Amino acid sequence: LERIIVCIKPVPDPKHWDRVSLDQATMTLKREGIPNVVNPLDRQALEAALQIKEAFGGEVVLLAMAPPFAASTIREMLAMGADRAVLLSDRLFAGSDTLATSRILAAGVERIGAFDLILCGNMTLDGSTAQVPGQLAELLRIPNLMHITKIEWPDPKLCRLTQRIENGQIVWESAPPLLISVIKEINKPRYISFLGIVEADKKDLTVWSNEILQIEPNLLGLAGSPTKMAGLTMRQSRRAKEILTGEAEDLARDLAQRLVKRGFL
Amino acid sequence: MNAGKTDRRELWVLTEQRQGVLAEVGLELLGKARELADQGGFQVTAVLLGDRVKGLADELIAFGADQVLVAEDPALEPYRLLPYTQVLTDLIQERRPEILLIGATALGVELAPRVAARLGTGLSAHCIDLKLDDQGGLLQVVPGWGGGVLATITCPDHRPQTATVMPGVMKSRRDPLRRGQVFEAAVDLPQDQAGPRVVEISRREPQGLPLEKAEVVVAGGWGVGGAEKWVLIEELAALLDGAVGATRPPLDEGWAEESQMIGQSGKTIRPKLYIGLGISGMMHHVVGMDQSEFVVAVNQDPKAAIFEVCDLGLVADLTELLPSLIAEIKKLKALD
Repeated sequence: LERIIVCIKPVPDPKHWDRVSLDQATMTLKREGIPNVVNPLDRQALEAALQIKEAFGGEVVLLAMAPPFAASTIREMLAMGADRAVLLSDRLFAGSDTLATSRILAAGVERIGAFDLILCGNMTLDGSTAQVPGQLAELLRIPNLMHITKIEWPDPKLCRLTQRIENGQIVWESAPPLLISVIKEINKPRYISFLGIVEADKKDLTVWSNEILQIEPNLLGLAGSPTKMAGLTMRQSRRAKEILTGEAEDLARDLAQRLVKRGFL
Repeated sequence: MNAGKTDRRELWVLTEQRQGVLAEVGLELLGKARELADQGGFQVTAVLLGDRVKGLADELIAFGADQVLVAEDPALEPYRLLPYTQVLTDLIQERRPEILLIGATALGVELAPRVAARLGTGLSAHCIDLKLDDQGGLLQVVPGWGGGVLATITCPDHRPQTATVMPGVMKSRRDPLRRGQVFEAAVDLPQDQAGPRVVEISRREPQGLPLEKAEVVVAGGWGVGGAEKWVLIEELAALLDGAVGATRPPLDEGWAEESQMIGQSGKTIRPKLYIGLGISGMMHHVVGMDQSEFVVAVNQDPKAAIFEVCDLGLVADLTELLPSLIAEIKKLKALD
C-alpha cells in the first residue's frame, strides 16, 4: 500500500469535565486549564492503521485540525508508531461545525496526496456527533463505512470489513480507496515504548495554515458553518434526591416497602 | 414528479426499514413530526426506501404521515450508503422539504452526514428534543460533553434543516383511522453500483424482554463488582418482572451484553421504575435513563453523581444491601 491517513483529534481529558463551566455571554464552554488527550477511539484507528502497514507496507500519516497546542498530543501518536503528521491550524478555522471541519480536513487530505485508506474513530468524546468521517468521505467522493469492528485484507486490492448494527453485523467487501470509522471493539491499542518517544521527536510534524490550503474564508469557521449555536445550558435534574443512609438491612426493608407503596410489588 | 406536491411546507421523516422491518425510531419520529407539523403548518412526509416495501406505507400513515413517498429499486435492498444517499438527495432537491428527521440508528448516523454534506446543509446529531421557533425554524437540542451540556442548534440559512434523533426519546402514536396518500418516486440508479458490497448480514433476536419496552429496569455498573454478583442484579430484575440494563464497564467485563447498555452509545429507556446499582452516574449513562418515572440509586459513595439525578438514593454497600433486598422482596411476594 502507498499511504494510510489517520484522522485524530485532541479532546479535553474527560477526567476533568466537572471543571467545565458555561460562559452565557459568548455561549461557549470555559475549559481553561483542562489538559488535552487524544480522542480514545483515534488510538484504535491508529492501531488498525499500524497493523495494516505491518502487513502491506506504506506510510501512516496523522491528520488533525486543531490549535497549535495540539502538537504535543500529536507527538504522542507519532510515538505510538505513525510516520509523520500534518496539523491544520489557523484562526480562520475556529468555530467550524462538522461540515466546515470536513472541508478543512478534505483540503488537507488532497494536499497530502494519494491514499489507500483513511481511518477515523467513530466519534469524539467532546462533540460526539460522529458526523465528520462521513462528511469528509462525501467531500472526497470516496465510499465510507461506520461502526467497524474488524478489518481484514484478503489482498491489497480488497478489504473485508465487519460492521456492527443493531442486534447483528454486516460483512462488507470494498476496494480502496475508502474511509473507515472504527469502534472500541476493533482492537487494543499498543503501548507507547520509550524508543517510540525518542523517535517521535525526529519525525516530521508539518503545520498548514489556510495560506497553504487556500480555502475560501466564507466556507470556514462560523461563517462557513450551516449550523449555529442558539443556546447552551448545563443539564439539571428536577428530581427529589431523597438520600437515605443507615444499616443495609434497614435500607433494604425501607426500599421494599416503598416499592410496594408505588405498586411495583 | 409533482404528484402530491402542495403549497404546504414539508417535514420529512426517513422511516428506516431493514429487510422489510420498520425501525421503531422512525415511528417515534412520525409522532414528533405530527406534533411539530400541527403546530407549524407542515405536511408530514414519510420517506421509505427499499425494494418492494410499499406495503409498509399504510402503517406509516397510521403513525402520523400525511403522505408516504416510496422509492423502490433492487439497488436499495439491502441498504447501502451510496445508493441511499443518491436517492434521498435527489428527492430532496426535487421537492425541497423544510425539515428532515432521521433516527440515530447505525443506518441513520451513517446516512445523514453524507446527505447533509452533499446538499451543503446543516446537520445536528443525536437530538433529544425538537421544537419550533416563531418563524418555524427547527430548534435542535443535542447533548454534548458526555451529555452534561445541552446545546440548541439551528440551521437558519440552509434547507432542509436536518437532524438525527436518539431512538427511544420521542413517543409514537398509532391511529389506524388516519388517512393519507402514497406516492411512488421514480428512481434512476445505475445497475452497476460502485462502493462496498454486502457479503453477509447476520442478526440475532435479543433474548428476554427488550430493555426499551420494560416497565421496570434494574441496571448495574462497575460497582456491582463481579460476574458472580451480577447474578443478583438479574435475580432482582426477575423478581420485579423487569429487564436488566448496564453501563459500559459491565459490558467490557463480560457480565452484560451490548443490547443491555443504557446511555449515549446505548439505549434510551423510559421505564416506570429504574433502579441503578453500583452506577456512578456519568452523564453518558444518565442521558439514557433520565426520562424514567421513578429513579432509585444505590451506591456506597455518598458523593456519587447518580445521587444528583435520582428520586431516592441509598448509600450502602451492594454486597450487603442486594441479598437483603432480594430476601425482603421474596418475603413480601410470598405473603401475596
